[in-house]
Amino acid sequence: MQSRSMTLDDLKPGQKGTISSISGVGPLVQRLMALGLLEGSEIAMLRKALGGDPVEVEVMGYALSLRRDEARRIEVVTGDAV
Amino acid sequence: MPSEAAAEARPPPQSFHGSRATIAVIGNPNTGKSTLFNSLTGLRQKTANYPGVTVERHTGIAMLGDQEVVLIDLPGAYSLAAQSPDEMVAIDVLMGGEVELEPPDTILIVVDAANLRRNLFLVSQILELGKPVVVALNMADLADRKGIRIDCEELAMLLDSAVVPFVATVGRGIDELKQALADALEQGPANRPLVMPEVRRAAKTIARGLPNAGRTALEYQTERAIIDDGGEAEKRLANLGGDEVAGKILEIRSSVGGDESLAAVEAKRRYIGIDYIMKRVETRGKPVQSIFAQADRVTNHPLIGAILFVLVMGTVFQAVFSWATPIMDFIDAGTSWLGGSVRVLLPAGALSSLLVDGIIAGVGSVIVFLPQILILFAFIIFLEDSGYMARAAFLMDRLMRQCGLSGQSFIPMLSSFACAVPGIMATRIIPNRRDRIATILAAPFMTCSARLPVYALLISAFIPQQHFFFGIINLQGLVLFGLYMLGIFAGIFTALLLKRSALKGPTPTFLIELPPYRLPNLKSMLIRLFDRGKIFLVRAGTIIFTVAVVVWALAYFPRTAAIADQFDVERAAAATILNEEALTARLTEINNAETSAYLEQSYLGRMGKTVQPLFAPLGWDWKVSAAVIASFPAREVVVAVLGTIYSVGSDVDETDARLANRLRSATWPSGQPVFTLGMAVGLLIFYAFCLQCAATIAIMRRETNGWTWPIFAWAYMTTLGYLGALLANQLGS
Ligand SMILES: Nc1nc2c(ncn2[C@@H]2O[C@H](COP(=O)(O)OP(=O)(O)O)[C@@H](O)[C@H]2O)c(=O)[nH]1
Repeated sequence: MQSRSMTLDDLKPGQKGTISSISGVGPLVQRLMALGLLEGSEIAMLRKALGGDPVEVEVMGYALSLRRDEARRIEVVTGDAV
Repeated sequence: MPSEAAAEARPPPQSFHGSRATIAVIGNPNTGKSTLFNSLTGLRQKTANYPGVTVERHTGIAMLGDQEVVLIDLPGAYSLAAQSPDEMVAIDVLMGGEVELEPPDTILIVVDAANLRRNLFLVSQILELGKPVVVALNMADLADRKGIRIDCEELAMLLDSAVVPFVATVGRGIDELKQALADALEQGPANRPLVMPEVRRAAKTIARGLPNAGRTALEYQTERAIIDDGGEAEKRLANLGGDEVAGKILEIRSSVGGDESLAAVEAKRRYIGIDYIMKRVETRGKPVQSIFAQADRVTNHPLIGAILFVLVMGTVFQAVFSWATPIMDFIDAGTSWLGGSVRVLLPAGALSSLLVDGIIAGVGSVIVFLPQILILFAFIIFLEDSGYMARAAFLMDRLMRQCGLSGQSFIPMLSSFACAVPGIMATRIIPNRRDRIATILAAPFMTCSARLPVYALLISAFIPQQHFFFGIINLQGLVLFGLYMLGIFAGIFTALLLKRSALKGPTPTFLIELPPYRLPNLKSMLIRLFDRGKIFLVRAGTIIFTVAVVVWALAYFPRTAAIADQFDVERAAAATILNEEALTARLTEINNAETSAYLEQSYLGRMGKTVQPLFAPLGWDWKVSAAVIASFPAREVVVAVLGTIYSVGSDVDETDARLANRLRSATWPSGQPVFTLGMAVGLLIFYAFCLQCAATIAIMRRETNGWTWPIFAWAYMTTLGYLGALLANQLGS
């Protein structure tokens, strides 16, 4: 499978990916992990607000909103995008 | 309903808890926790504050068969890892930590059945506390519709706790839930497997060396301190144990986690366990499509969503201002009628005046805002429960970030245009404490409806009726608009200033769940509306009322016989020379002049004269100074006080042309007009900035849990108002 590494905010609305890593430590990362954003979790970009920030994603079947700066810390791989 | 309310008012045995068993209720946000709590307790609820934090202590009484138990509602959370003192409340209550409370006997966890996997994270943390646990598998109806089937027996076995499917909105499963809670209360502590056993062992060793050793609360707190790098538990432990303990913590972190943070280790291990459970208990079939499921396509659409948002907010405003007006007019009329009747029934004198001008007017001034506030609360609760609030935050986040805040500050700010009290209470949805306080301090700058009477009076008196652009733009309207903008800018400026100074900190994250749209439950909404209405009436009402009576007393006393005699003479003289018609008019004039003479030498009048030098640079004479002082507790009072001082009778309103005329013709002893344009504009600015509202101060104290912020806000806003008025007056003259 061809894959390409990018960060979560690069996903286009409707596009899916798998989290490959989350950079940084501390409270934010701990929160993300409690919410189920772990290495290997599937994640889908649902939509972006005006100007592309914040973004709305789907993880484990629920919708979560986060800012672009936070989305940038999450690396994802997609199978389809090449 | 009335009987339940009466039961609540009855003084509790020794304490609210007494000897009753306690059950803590916890769960992720948006799982239907409040709905469940309300369906178990009804109106038998109490809210107070925990010491030192801004979280509410929300308790209620429920009946399990014939056993009364106390339910403690904890704030919604995704994890027990606490990053602020506010989030630490959950651990403190569950373990009986710092808050001087016995730990609960049982824990009820509310779980969203349609979202089981994420919810199990918190569940797995709570199971490790070793208490009997009941899991309410709420939203069972929504899970069904999504085609999700959960094997409750298997889940109960795997979790070693009771599991009850539940639908909070209709109370389906309530008997089973009560039975499960009653059973759990009979059980002793449970010994469940730990996800981080090595950390618990290390925590025990460390806790043994600390002051207060031997308490399980301390052990658990230490465990969290080890895992949550930079969290609240670690800060607390640093205070207790110092460098030695800090060193030990670092050791354990590297020995258990290696390169990885323990938070990551915890999350991974928990989710491995959770995934194992999920495989065994959950099966997914074909979902039945709900009309709500696709709604986000529209409501969060960059363009359509924004238009819809404006429409929704427009409707809220329209409702708050137009639906409330007839009721408010009715209340106003009722108060005047009651006052008038009392005046007729009682002989003129201090008692009659206390009842009419003090008590009836004081109570009236509180109640008159109740319709607007309840309508506003009803909308806020509806928007919160339906899930739209999270969308509003999503849409407004970018904009609000420019002010140093997040999208969640938008609704509170907007609500403050009707009244800062519900606005400040709506800040509870903001999880970040710094953001929340910045929003609370910015909120009172928004032009609330109590400012409108003052604006209307001064604008109609001093801003000329001029039209520009072929009559489309009206100068008076423009000034009013300017005052609104002034408030908005001052609020933004304040939030920015605070976020750069006293409330400086890392950029808060904006991590919110967008829960699926749901139809709010009427009963639960009404209970919450009742609760918030009660807070307004009790907190704000008692203060406004007390203050109204105090202001009345200051304006009424002392009564000197000399004035009475002087005006009696005038009245007698008038009676001898005038015909009946002219006499009535003359007598009103004399009476008004008498009222104003009394006021001049009353304590309030004297205060006005004493502080006048302070306000002289703003161009105010003693009359304006006295009126401004009297309106510090409630700004809308100024119109009535000005009415009395300028002796047109105290029952004037802002549309009264007589008062506007009197103001225009008021002069200094030297003959120059008091109200110059600069001075009038300055006065408007003063009212735009100044925190003249005892109710807002009371709610600020309640929501920030201390006097620091309300005192700061008062001093800051008054200073700003003074400087603004000074500038306008100096420029204008
Ligand atoms: N369909 C359904 N809706 C529910 C259920 N429980 C709560 N709700 C709705 O979910 C929304 C959020 O409920 P609320 O009690 O405010 O959640 P909280 O944030 O956990 O306190 C409200 O609109 C409720 O009416 C349930 O069991 N089934």
